[in-house]
Amino acid sequence: MNAVPLSSMTQVLPEIVLAIGGMALLMFGAYRDRVDNAVCVLSVLLLAAAGVTVTIIPNGNVFGTSFILDDYARFLKILAYLGSAFAIVMSLNYQTLEKQRTFEYPILILLSTVGMGMLISAGDLIALYLGLELMSLALYVVAASNRDSLQSTEAGLKYFVLGALSSGMLLYGCSLIYGFTGNVSFNGIAKASSQGGLGLIFGLVFLFAGFCFKVSAVPFHMWTPDVYEGAPTPVTAFFAAAPKIAAMAIFARATISAFPGITHQWQQIVVFVSIASMALGAFAAIGQTNIKRLMAYSSIGHMGFALVGLAAGTPEGVQGVLVYMSIYLAMTVGTFAVILSMRRSEGMVEKISDLSGLSRSNPGLAFFLALLLFSLAGIPPLAGFFAKYYVFLGAMKAGLYGLAVIGVLASVVGAYYYLLIVKIMYFDEPAKDFNPVPGELKAVLGVAGLFNLLYFVYPAPLIGAAGIAAKSLF
Amino acid sequence: MYLAIVLLPLLGAILGAVIALAGARARFPGAEPSDDHHAPHADHGAHAAQAHADGGQDDHHGPVEPAAAGSRATEIITTSLLMIACVLAWIAFWKVGFGHQDERVRLFTWMISADLKVDWALRIDTLTAVMLVVVTTVSALVHLYSIGYMAEDPYRPRFFAYLSLFTFAMLALVTADNLAQMFFGWEGVGLASYLLIGFWYHKPEANAAAIKAFVVNRVGDFGFALGIFGVFMMTSSIDFDTIFAAAPSLTGKTIDFFGWRADALTLICLLLFMGAMGKSAQFLLHTWLPDAMEGPTPVSALIHAATMVTAGVFMVARLSPLFELAPNAAAFVTLIGATTAFFAATVGLVQNDIKRIVAYSTCSQLGYMFVAMGVGAYSVGMFHLFTHAFFKALLFLGSGSVIMAMHHEQDIRNMGGLRKKIPFTYWCMVIGTLALTGFPLTAGYFSKDAIIEAAYSGRNPFAIYAFVMTVIAAFMTAFYSWRLIYKTFHGAPHDQRHYDAAHESPLVILIPLGVLAVGSLGAGFAFKEFFAGHEVEHFFRESLKQGHIIDEMHHVPFIVAWLPTVMLALGWGLAAYMYLLHPEIAPRLARQHDALYRFLLNKWYVDELYNLIFVRPALWFGRVFWKGGDGYIIDGFGPDGVSARVLDITRNIVRLQTGYLYHYAFAMLIGAAALITWFMFSGAGVH
Repeated sequence: MNAVPLSSMTQVLPEIVLAIGGMALLMFGAYRDRVDNAVCVLSVLLLAAAGVTVTIIPNGNVFGTSFILDDYARFLKILAYLGSAFAIVMSLNYQTLEKQRTFEYPILILLSTVGMGMLISAGDLIALYLGLELMSLALYVVAASNRDSLQSTEAGLKYFVLGALSSGMLLYGCSLIYGFTGNVSFNGIAKASSQGGLGLIFGLVFLFAGFCFKVSAVPFHMWTPDVYEGAPTPVTAFFAAAPKIAAMAIFARATISAFPGITHQWQQIVVFVSIASMALGAFAAIGQTNIKRLMAYSSIGHMGFALVGLAAGTPEGVQGVLVYMSIYLAMTVGTFAVILSMRRSEGMVEKISDLSGLSRSNPGLAFFLALLLFSLAGIPPLAGFFAKYYVFLGAMKAGLYGLAVIGVLASVVGAYYYLLIVKIMYFDEPAKDFNPVPGELKAVLGVAGLFNLLYFVYPAPLIGAAGIAAKSLF
Repeated sequence: MYLAIVLLPLLGAILGAVIALAGARARFPGAEPSDDHHAPHADHGAHAAQAHADGGQDDHHGPVEPAAAGSRATEIITTSLLMIACVLAWIAFWKVGFGHQDERVRLFTWMISADLKVDWALRIDTLTAVMLVVVTTVSALVHLYSIGYMAEDPYRPRFFAYLSLFTFAMLALVTADNLAQMFFGWEGVGLASYLLIGFWYHKPEANAAAIKAFVVNRVGDFGFALGIFGVFMMTSSIDFDTIFAAAPSLTGKTIDFFGWRADALTLICLLLFMGAMGKSAQFLLHTWLPDAMEGPTPVSALIHAATMVTAGVFMVARLSPLFELAPNAAAFVTLIGATTAFFAATVGLVQNDIKRIVAYSTCSQLGYMFVAMGVGAYSVGMFHLFTHAFFKALLFLGSGSVIMAMHHEQDIRNMGGLRKKIPFTYWCMVIGTLALTGFPLTAGYFSKDAIIEAAYSGRNPFAIYAFVMTVIAAFMTAFYSWRLIYKTFHGAPHDQRHYDAAHESPLVILIPLGVLAVGSLGAGFAFKEFFAGHEVEHFFRESLKQGHIIDEMHHVPFIVAWLPTVMLALGWGLAAYMYLLHPEIAPRLARQHDALYRFLLNKWYVDELYNLIFVRPALWFGRVFWKGGDGYIIDGFGPDGVSARVLDITRNIVRLQTGYLYHYAFAMLIGAAALITWFMFSGAGVH
């Protein structure tokens, strides 16, 4: 195998920056005698640097077609970096107060982000698996990062075991696909798969099982509520955002670029998974009393909505997915900023009933949470409405009317539990006050809230960028 | 001047309302009144004992509540405005009735909508003038009387405002120049009646009675409204002059009514008469009137005896050109009138509440008036309306005086021997009774005999039936009226404590009684030529349709002319025998004819029948639609059902989330297996 000249590796620069920076920070943290926010701050700066890098370097492929940097990858990498950065920022205060400060935490996130970058850019099955595992290994560790907590440990273990199972299924699928097409690169598979065949479909199903596990789509979602609830809240916030984006990215890329010949077949899987996720997300969330668990079901539902766009299999559909994931990021990050603010003097609280009467004890926080919940429910003119609008529009244009109708119905049911929280905040008797909200959470909440509120004023940049990104896949 | 007659009571009502509202605001700043001790009669026994100390001066409500601010001012304002209106009305009566100066005062255009053009105008002719006199006179006297009767009531401003409002609405009704205006007044008096019956709104019975009056009247008003629509449909106008001009051309025309080709005029007249039946408490729609006695007694006198209940009679008189052309409808009017006269008289025989006896008597007398209307003797009907207003108001106000004297005791079984305690009231009641029963030369004698004669000479199919019924009713009227007098004023007192406390009423109450007594004695003799004699055509001119019946009734056989007086003598004699000489007979009779007694005591079971036919099914329907239709079907399969199913689904899905790792892994494998199975058997993978 020929060595790849360093000069041709420009496109991998962001991953190199993050990987080397991460390792450097590991040394920095290990030899530093006191524990403070320095590593976190440096990690965020590294993510920023990677983000800047990814915007300025030109498109191109590295390692043959194993690593692709196109508009699609660029768009999603920026989203993933944003998600990771927000997750680190939001953990600052939590780690201090919960006495869980470990300098490894931001570094693990960085390493996971490297995996995401690989995943997003993956152009063949090998790179795909590499990126997926790189991302996931770090996730397993951070899920269990609160070693003294039984819940956190359990969450990490469950995630790991089920993740291993899903990786196994994914690998099995990859081997089947390779066996029936003789190719590992997406382009090669696309060429070889045009005549279909049951073996290839088997491989496709197992491959999709792996993807669905990562985006927590039904029926591969079971880990999500338990892990969301058990993991430390900043970790949950991280899980809900960046890895989902990366997983959705490879889901779309692999389907669109590797299996254009059997669109009809994979469409059936995606439609099924999408409907099941939307329905389960809507119905199961109603029964929840823990807000983190509720957000788990909410994210399952939202992934279902995003998959509506993918099911269309058209540039409009993929554009819808990208817009959806962007807005989903803003909504999720904002909501978790509120959840992280649910702290009383005796510690964190996670019950929905703890929010009761928040409009009187902390009107600002209540307003932003209400805003985000309305957005999550998809009520115009908030951003969440447009997210759903674009995926449904894509589905309608592709003729998937039934899917769009079911999606709208599911969002009606889903609106119930979001609005229930609003009702609890605004009409119930106040519970005990929360502690003052730390500055960085206020900042995150403010940015996310205002994005959701004001998105409709100037939506063109996001729509345009998503459109360009989506086109590069086809 | 005419405008002043109509608007002065309105002015009084508005001023009274302002004072009442201001007073209420001052008394209950920012809160609703919630005075529990306000329930009348609740503390009857204990309270009666105190009543002796202050000479029986008493109120309706219980002891302590202070009068509303401005009570005296309201009384003076409303009463004097009514007095002025009354004087003006008599002047108008003189000018129109004897000076023959009919007038039509056009005020403004009320509404224009396509063909419909409604003016607000005062139609002043003799018919109106008679009503103006009746309404303003009785109203003014009742206002005056109320100053005394309501003296202890804390809410007098409200009461007087209502009274004046009623008077305004009644005047608007009688001065109407078109059907819409009449309907305005019609509904206005209905509203005022509702408010006044329910004046003591802390009493559940008063509220129930008010609602009953309102609802039963709605039934009639529905017919009235349909009648108006019918008139408009046939003539494109609701203006009286236009309608009357067009009426002759309508004979023989038909209206499609529920697929039934009905004669237009008959149908319209029947529908309009339905309104009259409701307002004038005719048989089948009479049930509200006895219950309306829950209102203060002056209200009963003003609204439920002298004025409002005669609105139906007035309406038929006003529309006499239409009824004259619809003989079938007129026959129906006769039938209903005669039946009511008989029915109400039978019920009146056995009632024990002093006001209810008078109320059934009113109902019965209204039946007489409709008999006259039905046989075409419109002026005679108006005559009885006119005289009846005096003696029935007198009887009611007299009853009120008795009730006050007896400390709000209304059951005549508990009275007796009051003659010596309240002589003035006694004599007034006797005069009223004489007039009601048609003692020669009193007011009732002339008008009632005229009706019976008119019935005898009437030509429609029910005229003879009406004659028989009215004669029998005359006998019963005499009996129950004198029964009332004997049981109340004669014999031994049944309740010694009340008897001892009884006292004559103050002057403000006695003056109206006196005035009305004079009217009851003299109104018949003074006006008989104008209403039922040779002057009728001069007097009423165009305002009423006049047939030959007035001439014919002067030529009835001698025996017919004297029959009512004979009946009076018989009834009176029987009453005197049973209640004065042998008081033990009545209970024995009641025991012997228990079924009949109960039938009459329970008012022919009409209320029970309505309860069975309308009220219960309506409530049943309501419950069916509420529980079954809305609750079970709409809510059950709609919002509630859907949300319940959603929760069921939620419960089941949440149950799937067991927390066991192997369950989760199993779900994943099942999912993958299911998808693969799907593709294997759908053949999707095979090309």
